[in-house]
Amino acid sequence: MAIWRNKLRSSSAARCFVLAGFVVLAACLAHGQTTNSCMNCHSALPEPLGLSQEKFSQDIHAQQGLTCTSCHGGDPTSDDPDKAMSRKAGWKGKIDRKQIPQLCGTCHSDPAYIRQFNPSLRTDQLGQYRTSVHGKRFAAGDTKVAVCTDCHSVHDIRAPRDPRSTVNPVNVANTCARCHSDAGHMRGYSIPTDQFAKYSESVHHEALALRGDLSAPTCSTCHGNHGAAPPGVDKVQNVCSNCHTFQAQMYEKSSHKAAFQSASLPGCVVCHSNHGIRHPTDAKLGTGPDALCMQCHKPGDACDQARAGLLSSLSRLDEAIKGADQILGVAESSGMEVSEARLGQDQARDSLTKARVTIHSFKTDLIDQDIQAGLQIAAKNLQAGKDAMIERNHRRFGLGMSLIAIGIVLVGLRLYIRKIES
Amino acid sequence: MNGDQLSQPEPMRRRVIGIFLGGGLLASFASFIYPVLRYLVPPAVADLGGDEVVAAKLTELKPNRGKIFRFGSRPGLLIMNSDGTYRALSATCTHLGCTVQYRSDLREVWCACHNGIYDLNGRNVSGPPPRPLDVFDVHLRGDEVVVSRKREA
Amino acid sequence: MFATIRHWLDARFDWDDLTAPLRHKTVPSHRLSYWYFLGGITLFLFGIQVATGILLLLYYRPGANEAFESVQYIMTRVRYGWLIRSIHSWSANLMIFTAFAHMFSVLLLKAYRKPRELTWVSGVILLFLVMGFGFSGYLLPWNTLAFFATKVGTEITGQVPVVGKPMMIFLRGGEEVTGATLTRFFGFHVAVLPGLAAVLLLLHLLLVQRLGISLPPKLEVQWTANPSAKREMKFFPNFLLREMMAWYVALGVLGALAAVFPWNLGVKADPFVPAPAGIKPEWYFLFMFQTLKLIPSKVWFIDGEVLGVLAFGLVGLLWVLLPFFESDQPTRTKGWITGLAVFALAYIAGMSVYGHLAK
Repeated sequence: MAIWRNKLRSSSAARCFVLAGFVVLAACLAHGQTTNSCMNCHSALPEPLGLSQEKFSQDIHAQQGLTCTSCHGGDPTSDDPDKAMSRKAGWKGKIDRKQIPQLCGTCHSDPAYIRQFNPSLRTDQLGQYRTSVHGKRFAAGDTKVAVCTDCHSVHDIRAPRDPRSTVNPVNVANTCARCHSDAGHMRGYSIPTDQFAKYSESVHHEALALRGDLSAPTCSTCHGNHGAAPPGVDKVQNVCSNCHTFQAQMYEKSSHKAAFQSASLPGCVVCHSNHGIRHPTDAKLGTGPDALCMQCHKPGDACDQARAGLLSSLSRLDEAIKGADQILGVAESSGMEVSEARLGQDQARDSLTKARVTIHSFKTDLIDQDIQAGLQIAAKNLQAGKDAMIERNHRRFGLGMSLIAIGIVLVGLRLYIRKIES
Repeated sequence: MNGDQLSQPEPMRRRVIGIFLGGGLLASFASFIYPVLRYLVPPAVADLGGDEVVAAKLTELKPNRGKIFRFGSRPGLLIMNSDGTYRALSATCTHLGCTVQYRSDLREVWCACHNGIYDLNGRNVSGPPPRPLDVFDVHLRGDEVVVSRKREA
Repeated sequence: MFATIRHWLDARFDWDDLTAPLRHKTVPSHRLSYWYFLGGITLFLFGIQVATGILLLLYYRPGANEAFESVQYIMTRVRYGWLIRSIHSWSANLMIFTAFAHMFSVLLLKAYRKPRELTWVSGVILLFLVMGFGFSGYLLPWNTLAFFATKVGTEITGQVPVVGKPMMIFLRGGEEVTGATLTRFFGFHVAVLPGLAAVLLLLHLLLVQRLGISLPPKLEVQWTANPSAKREMKFFPNFLLREMMAWYVALGVLGALAAVFPWNLGVKADPFVPAPAGIKPEWYFLFMFQTLKLIPSKVWFIDGEVLGVLAFGLVGLLWVLLPFFESDQPTRTKGWITGLAVFALAYIAGMSVYGHLAK
C-alpha cells in the first residue's frame, strides 16, 4: 500500500518491510496452494467483504479447483492487493447484479467446458432462464427478480442432491419463499404472496419435507426451475397428470373437462386448489362448508342427485369396511385368528381408493363398479369376523361346561370332607 | 373310612357324594384331557407361514403370469417367467402400501395406485416408489412352489 | 382295590413305612390356617407350568426367525393351542403372585423361625428362580414388547459395577439382544431353571415334611400353655382334600382366564425399529423398575441407577438370610421383621400400582 511505501524512508523500516514480506511469503508457501492469495486477507475480514475458509470449502466450485479469480478476475498469485486486484489483471470487483446471469453462463452454457467437470450436467440453464418470468423481466431491466445467485447462493454453492443445498428439492420452497412470501419485496407485482403459506399446509409439503418422499412436488416441479413460469390456466392438468395419471386420464374423458375448458377454468385447481392442496375428503361431495359440486350445480338437478348417490355409495363402502374392521378387532382381541381377513381388508380399502380415483371420470356406472367390488370384499371379511366370533362362543361354551364339572367336583369334595369329619 | 353303624340316610348320602365326586372328577378330567389329546395331534398344515410358504402348485401358473399369495401377514407376488422359471417379490408397494400386480403386457410389476413400475428384479424404475421390492427365494418341492425369505449372507 | 395296590407297593418299597410320616402328619387348625394353602397352590401352578410347558415344547421353535411364527401357529392352527398357551401365560403370572403371597404369609406368620431357616432360604431362592422363569419365558414369543423389555432389563443388570457388563453379555449371549439371546433364554427357561428349581423344590418340600407345619408365635405360646386348646387336622386326607378344592378352584380360574382373556400375541420383534414409548416390564418387576426411575440420576458421586441396582441386590441377599438376623430370644425390637414385612408389602404393592399408572 502507498502508506507503507511512504514510511520506507529509514533502512530499519525497509528491513521491517522485507521481513514482513518474507513472513508473508513463507506463510503463503507454507499454505501449499498459493494460487489463491485472495483468501489470505478475505478469510479474516468481516462480512460482507469476508468469506470464511470453512464456508468456501463447502462450495462446489472451490471443490472442483476453481477459485475467486475464476469469477472475479485478478491475479491470484500476488499478495500485493494493488497487483491482485488490478483492472489490468482482469479484476471485476463485486459482480454487478445485472452481470450475474451472463457471468455464470460463460461456463454453464458452454457444453465443451462443463464436459470437463460433469459430462451429464445440463448447459441450457441460461437459455431456459431467458424464457422465464424472471428472465424476461430481468431483460426488461427489473433487478428485483431472481438471478442465479439468489437461488443457488454464491460462495457456498452446493450440488442440488446435497440435502443442505438451497436448491435441493426439500429446500426449494423455502428458497422461493424468500422473495415470493416477502410482501415488501413483492410490492408492485400483481401476484399474491401466500403461495408458500398455502403450500406449507398441503399434502405435497407434508410428503416432501416431513416424510422425505422425493417424488412429491415442490415449486419447481410444477413451475419449472430455470424456466420458471406458471403453467397456464388450460395446461394445469398436464402438469398434475405427470404424477396423477389415472385421475387425469379419467378427467380427460369426462364431461367436466370440456365444461371447465370453455369457461377458462384451471382444471384440477378448481376443486383441489393449486398451492394449498389438502387431502381430499368425501365432504367435498357433500353439502357442507367443504362442498365443491354445489358451488356450480343447482340443488335438485340431475348432477346434484348423482352427487348425492355417489356420496352415499362411498359412505356405504367406508362403513362396510369399518364394520368389518370392528368385528375383526373384537375377534382378534378375544384371541381368534383373523389375519387372512385382515389382509382382505387391505384389498377392500384398495377398492375404496380406486373408487375415489374413478370419481374423476364423473361416470356413476364406472364408480359403482369399484364400489361393488369393494363391498363384496368387505362383506366376505365381515363374514370371516362373524365366523371367528362364533368360534369364540364355542370356546366359551366349552369353558362353561368344564367349569360346571369343576363346580360339581367342588361340591362333592365339600360334602365328602364334611362327611368324614362329622 | 367311616366304619360306624350305618343309619338310614347314610348309604343314600354316600351314593350322592359318590356320584358328585366320581361324576364330577370324570367330567372335569375329561374336559382337561380332551383338549390335550386334540393338541397332541399335529394340524394338517405343518408350515408356519413365517419363513416360507407354499405359494402355488406346479401346474397353477402359466408362463408370463403372476399370482398374489399370502406370505406371513403381507401379500407376495409369484411370477412365472416366459421360460418357465419362477420369481417371487414382496407385493407391498414401497410408495404407499398398495398391492402391486404383474403386467403380462409390460412384463413388469405395476402398482395401480399411482402408476409405479418395478422391473422383474424388484427395482423401482418409474413413478413414485422410493425403494425396490424385497425379493424372495423360490424353490420347487414335489409339486409345490415354495417361497422363502432370502437367507442372510 | 386301593388296598391291593398298597399291599403290592408295600412288599416292594416298604410303602407303609415310607408313607407313615405322611399319614401321621397334622396341620394346625386355626383362624389363619387358610394361609397354609398358598404353598400348595404355588406347587400346583408350577406343575401346570411344567405340563403346559412340555406341551408347548412340542410345537415351539426357538430362533429369531421362527419363534413368533411358531407361537402364532400354536395360537391359531394347533387344536386347543390357544388354551394351552394362554393357560401357560396366565398360570405363570398367578404362580408368581402366589409365590410372593406365600413368602409374605410365611414372613408375617413367622414360619421362618428356627428350625425352619433353611426352608426359608430355599424358598426365597425359589422365588428368585420363579422370577427368572418369568423373565426368560417372557422373551420366548419374540414380540416387540418382550424384546424391548428384555433389552431394558438386561441393560439394568449391566449397571452393576465390575461384574455387570460380563453378566449382561452372559445373559444376552452377546453385546445386544439378538436371536442368540432367545436361544440362551430358551435354554435357561426349559433346562437350567427347571433343573435348579427341581432340586430346591425337593429340598423345600422335604424340609416341610420333616419339620411339620409351623404355628404362629401367639398360638404356640397359647397351645403350649394349654394343650387341650390344640386343634389339629390330619394332613391325609382332610387337609389334602381341602387343598384339592383349592387346586380345582385354581384350575377353574385358569380356564376362565384363558378362554375369556386369551394371552395376546403382539407384533413380531424387529431389532431395527425404535423402542415404543413407555416400555415397561411385566407387573412383577414394576416395583423395581419404578424405583429405579425415581432415583435421581446422581446420588452424591454415585450414579443413581447403579445405586438402585446395588441396593436391590443387597436387599435380595439380606432377604435370603433374614431368619438369621432375628435372635431366638424375645428382645425389645422383636417386632422388627413384621414391621419390615409390612413395609416391604406396602412398598411393592404401592410401587407396582404407581409403575402401572405412570406414563
